[in-house]
Amino acid sequence: MAKFKNHILVCAGTGCRASQSELIVENLNRAIEDNNLGDEVQVVRTGCFGFCEKGPVVKMMPDNTFYVQVTPADASELVTEHIVKGRKVNRLLYVDPDSHKVISDSKEMGFYKKQIRIALRNCGFINPENVDEYIARDGYAALGKALTEMTPEQVIKEIIDSGLRGRGGGGFPTGLKWDITRKVKADQKYVVCNADEGDPGAFMDRSILEGDPHSVIEAMAINGYCTGASKGLVYIRAEYPLAIERLKIAIKQAREYGLLGENIFGSDFCFDIELRYGAGAFVCGEETSLIHSMEGLRGEPNVKPPFPSESGYKGKPTNVNNVETYANIPVILLNGSKWFSAIGTEKSKGTKVFALAGKVNNVGLIEVPMGTTLREVIFDIGGGIKDGKKFKAVQTGGPSGGCLTEKHLDIPIDYDSLLACGSMMGSGGMIVMDEDDCMVAMAKFYLEFTVEESCGKCTPCRIGNKRLHEILEKITQGKGTKEDLTLLRNLSYVIKDTSLCGLGQTSPNPVLSTMENFADEYEAHVVDGKCPAGQCKALMQYVIDPEACVGCTLCSRVCPVDAISGEKKMAHIINPAICIKCGACMEKCKFNAISIQ
Amino acid sequence: MANIKLPDNKKKELKEVCAKLNNDPGELINALHAAQGLFGYLPAEVQELVAQEMNVSVAHVYGVVTFYSFFSMTPKGEHPISICMGTACYVRGAEKVLDEFKKLLNVKVGETTPDGKFSLSCLRCVGACGLAPVVTVGDKVFGRVAPEDVKTILEEYNN
Ligand SMILES: Cc1cc2nc3c(=O)[nH]c(=O)nc-3n(C[C@H](O)[C@H](O)[C@H](O)COP(=O)(O)O)c2cc1C
Ligand code: SF4
Ligand code: FES
Repeated sequence: MAKFKNHILVCAGTGCRASQSELIVENLNRAIEDNNLGDEVQVVRTGCFGFCEKGPVVKMMPDNTFYVQVTPADASELVTEHIVKGRKVNRLLYVDPDSHKVISDSKEMGFYKKQIRIALRNCGFINPENVDEYIARDGYAALGKALTEMTPEQVIKEIIDSGLRGRGGGGFPTGLKWDITRKVKADQKYVVCNADEGDPGAFMDRSILEGDPHSVIEAMAINGYCTGASKGLVYIRAEYPLAIERLKIAIKQAREYGLLGENIFGSDFCFDIELRYGAGAFVCGEETSLIHSMEGLRGEPNVKPPFPSESGYKGKPTNVNNVETYANIPVILLNGSKWFSAIGTEKSKGTKVFALAGKVNNVGLIEVPMGTTLREVIFDIGGGIKDGKKFKAVQTGGPSGGCLTEKHLDIPIDYDSLLACGSMMGSGGMIVMDEDDCMVAMAKFYLEFTVEESCGKCTPCRIGNKRLHEILEKITQGKGTKEDLTLLRNLSYVIKDTSLCGLGQTSPNPVLSTMENFADEYEAHVVDGKCPAGQCKALMQYVIDPEACVGCTLCSRVCPVDAISGEKKMAHIINPAICIKCGACMEKCKFNAISIQ
Repeated sequence: MANIKLPDNKKKELKEVCAKLNNDPGELINALHAAQGLFGYLPAEVQELVAQEMNVSVAHVYGVVTFYSFFSMTPKGEHPISICMGTACYVRGAEKVLDEFKKLLNVKVGETTPDGKFSLSCLRCVGACGLAPVVTVGDKVFGRVAPEDVKTILEEYNN
């Protein structure tokens, strides 16, 4: 193998690939050829660096120079300047938006400063399609250690002591789950990885699978050793073609190296992994639905207990864990439970990966120690709100979570404190909203999702959520009453209390939390007939300022429904009864005379 | 009810896929993924064939196909357009982009243009939230799409 002096790391995650990072790789390779540097410089396609906002990202090693928003046309300059002449290409470096200073080392950027990468330790560092690079960073050492030096009980004790809790949403202690699965007697057991990631706006698990698939494979094998399972199944969304591809490659390589298959590390432990594909149903992220789906059935949940640990896939004990939960396992075994439990808060140990998105400056994938505050995440890491607007709310926990506000910004992020203020950790989606977002419309958006995704098995969720959605629709149309608000609240509690699975039990959370934190906004909709954020179309009015209008007649000519009248050279008026609020007039007006009220 | 004639070679291929899955009813969803890959969608005739090969009733297959949104019973357009309606895209204005597509193509969500060229659908998060709002046309991903860009995107495919 040739020893390379320089490595150029190019992000090949879904986000950066969408901005042509493949072409950047091609052009870099061509430039390297042209400069006869083929023996010295290697281009590596890596998983997500996390800083998706500034993608495509290209990182130069060994000097750690971090280039942002690179285009394919920049490739040859990067090679001739940075590599050949040793000069940084300044225009592609990151500029700190506050200090306006150029920062070339990612460790110095606000976005990375407060992060600790455990689950994402390899994302953006290794080529996920090459098992040797994973092994070079201590990959499969934890599996080797478990198989040759530890008993299953010792491994499980280490996981219990670490305090690791499930990252899929529920936060159940992982070691305990493993122990339960281990203790059930059966001729066959299964290890399942939940890679369904249904929360829209979340992409943590996908990034781990794309950037570091072997860590999940290794952890599943360790679980198999502990629980006595010889078969692993990864349930992955069909919408994630790149993650599927990388997993397939990783499984194949692991088999070739004898890290999967018969007698792993010379022990009598045998283990192999297969893939099962989801088909676009959110409820299949729920573990009992997931198991039904893997059995070729409609993905409808069951009443628990029995839990999958007792009776799961094909009626056998099945250990279901989330992708990120697994990704933590190998490091815990290598560094020890003490190291892990020193990070985080009293009841939530370690770190959590979040997909930070919405109206923040730095959209991306971040990993922070438990106990970091929302303020640090949104303002220090996220770089504050886009376009200098005002922060309004942040939704954690996706459609099952709640909207948190200004007053929650300083609470430490962990399972229990988020639950205490009416939201939840969820799988790690974090959507930031600004003053332009209407909270009633937001609740409606989430309910629309729930209604679409309810499996229909139980009545409160199937019918109740539909009614909730209808009431919210009525309110955003300006036809809501005060009684509707009471109804909305009562119905929400009924749905929470009586639904069969976690989907229905949490679906009213966005409604309840917005009603609690933005009561005045609901009031404004039903009492004053106004949408303070100016988002609900039915409650908006386009008006012409008679002072500013010069009577050019342009607006009345573009109005598709003839709602505007007025003499030439005289102020015009819009008839609200006819206006369909398309905004065409406002767009055309050259005198800024038309506004929304 | 069978009124579409399925090409024999594709039928054969599907049967081979099912055989590879040991005609095990537990593998039904994998079989349907393969079938949709082969035929582009899952009309009644394909569902009947899958049922027969996987040893389950047609009703069971239909139940599964209609449960999962990834499976479609209508053919897609030559260029399937999907607007991401995930939360990240929604808060960055995906709805306006969708409205623009509806207006310019004159179809509703889930429909195909009469010439079969474009079909319009929504999906939830393609995982490129950093580029929100996101639109995909076939395999190509367009990021940071503004309503004004919709016309240009369509023109790219219109000649
Ligand atoms: C409606 C619903 C959707 C869920 N979606 C996911 C998901 O997408 N990914 C996931 O890992 N867990 C999801 N879960 C949680 C799983 O049921 C399960 O608790 C988890 O996979 C267990 O793994 P963990 O202990 O490692 O978190 C969901 C639960 C519910 C009720
Ligand atoms: S709560 Fe909703 S998703 Fe869950 S079983 Fe009932 S209907 Fe299905
Ligand atoms: S929400 Fe649209 S790509 Fe994630």
